[in-house]
Amino acid sequence: MSKAVRPPLFLTIAAVVVATAIALPLVYLIIRTAFIGGGDLWELITRPRNSMILFNSVAMMAIVALLSAIISIPLAFLTVRTDLPARRFWLVMTTLPLAVPSYVGSFALIAAFAPRGSFLQILLEPFGVEELPSIYGWPGTMLALTLFTYPYMLLSIRSALQGLDPSLEEAARSMGYNSRQAFLRVILPQLNPSLIAGGLLVALYALRDFGTPSLMQFDSFTQAIFVQYQASFDRDSAAALSLVLVIIVLLMLWLENRTRSRAGYYTRGSASLRPAKIVKLGVWKLPALAFCGTITFLGVVLPVVITAFWLIQGLSTEHEFIDLLSPVLNSITAAGLAAVITTLFALPIAILSIRFPSKIIAIIERSTYISFGVPGIVVALSLVFFGANYLPILYQTLPMLIFAYLVLFLQQSVGGVRTSLLQVNPQVEEAARSLGNSPWQTLKKVTIPLVSPGIITGAVLVFLTAMKELPATMLLAPIGFDTLAVEIWKATENVDFADAAAASLTILLVSMISTFFVLSQEKVRSNK
Amino acid sequence: MRNIGRKFFSLGLATLLTGVSIASWGWETEMAHARRRKTLVIYSGRSEKLIGPLIKQARKDLNLDIKVRYGKTAQLAIALLEEGKNSRADVFFAQDAGALGAVERRGRTLPISFRQLNKVPARFRSPRGNWIGISGRARTIDYNTKLVKKSQLPKSIWELTKPKWRGKVGWAPTNASFQSFVTGMRVTYGDRKTLKWLKAMKANGTKKYPKNTPIVKALGRGEIHLGLVNHYYLARFQKTNPKFPVAHHYTRRDPGAMINVAGVSVLRTTDQRRDAERFINYLLSRKSQRYFSSKTKEYPLVKGIPSPKGQVPLYRLRAPRINLTKLHSLEKTLKLLQKAGVL
Repeated sequence: MSKAVRPPLFLTIAAVVVATAIALPLVYLIIRTAFIGGGDLWELITRPRNSMILFNSVAMMAIVALLSAIISIPLAFLTVRTDLPARRFWLVMTTLPLAVPSYVGSFALIAAFAPRGSFLQILLEPFGVEELPSIYGWPGTMLALTLFTYPYMLLSIRSALQGLDPSLEEAARSMGYNSRQAFLRVILPQLNPSLIAGGLLVALYALRDFGTPSLMQFDSFTQAIFVQYQASFDRDSAAALSLVLVIIVLLMLWLENRTRSRAGYYTRGSASLRPAKIVKLGVWKLPALAFCGTITFLGVVLPVVITAFWLIQGLSTEHEFIDLLSPVLNSITAAGLAAVITTLFALPIAILSIRFPSKIIAIIERSTYISFGVPGIVVALSLVFFGANYLPILYQTLPMLIFAYLVLFLQQSVGGVRTSLLQVNPQVEEAARSLGNSPWQTLKKVTIPLVSPGIITGAVLVFLTAMKELPATMLLAPIGFDTLAVEIWKATENVDFADAAAASLTILLVSMISTFFVLSQEKVRSNK
Repeated sequence: MRNIGRKFFSLGLATLLTGVSIASWGWETEMAHARRRKTLVIYSGRSEKLIGPLIKQARKDLNLDIKVRYGKTAQLAIALLEEGKNSRADVFFAQDAGALGAVERRGRTLPISFRQLNKVPARFRSPRGNWIGISGRARTIDYNTKLVKKSQLPKSIWELTKPKWRGKVGWAPTNASFQSFVTGMRVTYGDRKTLKWLKAMKANGTKKYPKNTPIVKALGRGEIHLGLVNHYYLARFQKTNPKFPVAHHYTRRDPGAMINVAGVSVLRTTDQRRDAERFINYLLSRKSQRYFSSKTKEYPLVKGIPSPKGQVPLYRLRAPRINLTKLHSLEKTLKLLQKAGVL
């Protein structure tokens, strides 16, 4: 399809809505920053302390992305293309760390590995280990952020691997490449867009996160923003510092754009229809299992066991537990609606950006990254500002909360769909059109089914992250609409670790069940 | 395959309908709210566990519909500022004086009546009269009872920079109450001495934690020996684990034992000023003040109500006299903390 063709109207309308939504936080930041005088602004940004922690944050972001790639590529390959025993089990387990709120995960890691009095130290005490090397600072932050964000990359790579036309690899093999060469020279380059999309999400999550760095005693840039809010109630300076993060996001996008090749990632046929050949692991079966096991242990089992330990401690002291039924329903409602609605708006953006590329669409698509790259509280406050003053009728209602989730998490869905759509040959859609289908019918009958792995990935991501979202939920939900994440926060705030554990375990459980449900649907379909 | 397309279509339609119905529901509640206008909305930085039972009782006793949005004090304060004239909140119940001062300074609050103000000592309320302290908490040095003997405890916070405590002390530089403590120090001893102390503390390997709870947790594990915290966290740890090996230690006449307050203000946007005042009256009543001392283990601020059991009484704490409103101008304290490389 050539550029001259105009995109269907319903796609354009959706794109306009999305553009407005994601512009709000940015507009807010600019308005707020404008309140600061030029001299003060310069002083704030060039403060030596700030440049140092900015460096910390950027370095940390890069390392976390790299470590995530090291974990995700093998995991994706193992769970999609090999005869790994209990593949579906590992598939779900290795996705689940994403469901662990990073503050809960970090708490668990500290309880397990802190220098003194932690589970590991107590275990090693009989062998004369008085103190473990410190987990605080760089090591703990890297460990926690990698463990609880790598699934972004994993999911992205997985859906790319599934959409990969097996004939590519077969051709490579028939030309005399061995399987390693075929992987490095044919498959890996094909995975580039998904690696980059996933890597960006991991990097941005690391950049914006506050909970983990503060628990791990790591000086990150987000801390500077929080200090402005917490200590001087200075929204203007906080906004200015957040804009620095926005600039970093833009720089990364610029870099990504330079590496994003113009190459096509689709093949003649419509991929994903024929299952790829399964690689036999042979002697590698045991190491592969050990690898999956270690990651699962650290990312899922450890947080669950430790929270369960706190729960049991609470049970033994006649603790009166909070009623979790309504938080569970609230969480599922809000996160579920967020997943569906975000997907509905992400689809048009992804389709437009690939099928009808233009400068404006490219800008909209790129901008979805911005609200993912600044701390959630900043986005939440921008919506408080616009909501209370310009849309009071919806302010602090459920639709407003869903809208906040849309603004916050749209990118996760757009990224997922884009990755899948890149692998679909546009001629398939053109054929559908030429057979007399309307654009709407084509979308419904051809495009959506073909990109469904990406749609599902995106929806799962939005669901899981919306479940654990805190700042926007606290400020924008209707009064009394407490989600599980809010309950966890309320309990930890109150040193009630048994309640916190109960709520955390419930989040994990709900996330596990829904992830399992969605991923097993996928399995059924690919068998068809 | 076609099946999936249809599924997605119907899913989309269902969502749209749900969205519309929810929006209309939101609209309706909004309208209902407008008609009745009899709900007192409180933004509370104090947690539900702490004040929830009290609010429940207040609903009954005052025959008033009260709704509470719980959150973090600083974030709620900023949300109030962002909401501006369109705020729905009637009362702000904050965890610390700094936040109350910030909202007051930006002209968002109404004055509180003298009759109410006079119930608490002057140092626990705003000199401008737009917020009032309800309950107080003391800064204290908590210590691990297995690792530190009572006789070894420091006499004052100045001793914490000695080599004896190298790497054994924990603090929370980003925490509001810690910053209030440093401001207290600045006001009492001057910036230079405070800066010197901060630098010496840092050089002595003092460990950083995000807030009070993780410090007390780390104390329990024996990761640190001493921690600079607020007094009332320990009681909650000991509730679930009576053998938790941590105890309080108060240093006398230095900011180590400073008092910080939680308090309330009435927002200028309220359309229920009378109800808000009734609510404040309720918080200052004997019944509520006793609630704070017995249930949350805080110091009641109304004159003549005894301090919590097992706690050094308020009058014996000999905390330095510090104007709490000065605590909102943390700018200098922040600069000092940054200069010392602590923040």
